[in-house]
Amino acid sequence: MKNFQYLLAAWIAVWVVFFLYQISLSRRFSQLRDEIKRLKERLR
Amino acid sequence: MNRRIISWLIVSSLMCAAGYAALFIAPDERTMHDAQRIFYFHVPSWVAMFLAFFVSVFGSISYLFTRKQRCDWLGVAGAEVGVVCCTLGLITGPLWGKPAWGIWWTWDARLTTTLVLWLLYISYLVLRSMVEETERRARICAVFGIFAFLDVPLVYVSNRFWRTQHPTPVFFGGPNAGVDPTMGKVLLLCFAAMVAVMTVLLLDRYHLERLRCEVSLLTSEIESRDLDKRSRMAREHV
Repeated sequence: MKNFQYLLAAWIAVWVVFFLYQISLSRRFSQLRDEIKRLKERLR
Repeated sequence: MNRRIISWLIVSSLMCAAGYAALFIAPDERTMHDAQRIFYFHVPSWVAMFLAFFVSVFGSISYLFTRKQRCDWLGVAGAEVGVVCCTLGLITGPLWGKPAWGIWWTWDARLTTTLVLWLLYISYLVLRSMVEETERRARICAVFGIFAFLDVPLVYVSNRFWRTQHPTPVFFGGPNAGVDPTMGKVLLLCFAAMVAVMTVLLLDRYHLERLRCEVSLLTSEIESRDLDKRSRMAREHV
């Protein structure tokens, strides 16, 4: 278990970076879907 | 269940399997011990980054030839996902460097060209957010994307051409290169996991750009309809 703290930090970093990016993508997706819905309603 | 959830379940399972193999199946390295296992996240993140930037430059070049918006979407998707993978490499690198070299960072050719690459693609994304007009933005970003990509081969050859703190390549690095067969198999699984994550993120990002295009089309349709209505009302008033 030597240098385990560095490995743990790297392992957490990988998951955190992917998780944050996925959250950012999901937020942008939902904003755009709402916008499309709103615009389609205006066009009707 | 929709396609996104299924693909994320598959990718997460692959990531968990790769993590398990890296932590428990791969043999211990004699000098660096557990810190060496960072290798299984660090190297695959660079491979994924190179692939993403290849997709980006392919999209940029294709856009300049065809002027199809799909190529521009590919360009931005590759650039953004490449930046995510590059960020991972830049985080895991110092975390491995500290126990291996005793320092977090050094300005050698490999590390510096990689940081420059990250900054170039961050600039690409900033530039993209600054230009409003769709066609102009796509053209400028395609040219800048090709320019930014010129640093990719430089990063790849930097530790072959110059003496660097960063070790020489494990693969294709000459007669003394190579890894233990078990390490090689685990690394292959980690490559597969990271490339799968990169692919899913890239497809999501491409889809996002498609939705953004749909928004701009609907907006312009509403604007032209409002303009028609206003001019008709003005004519009736006269």
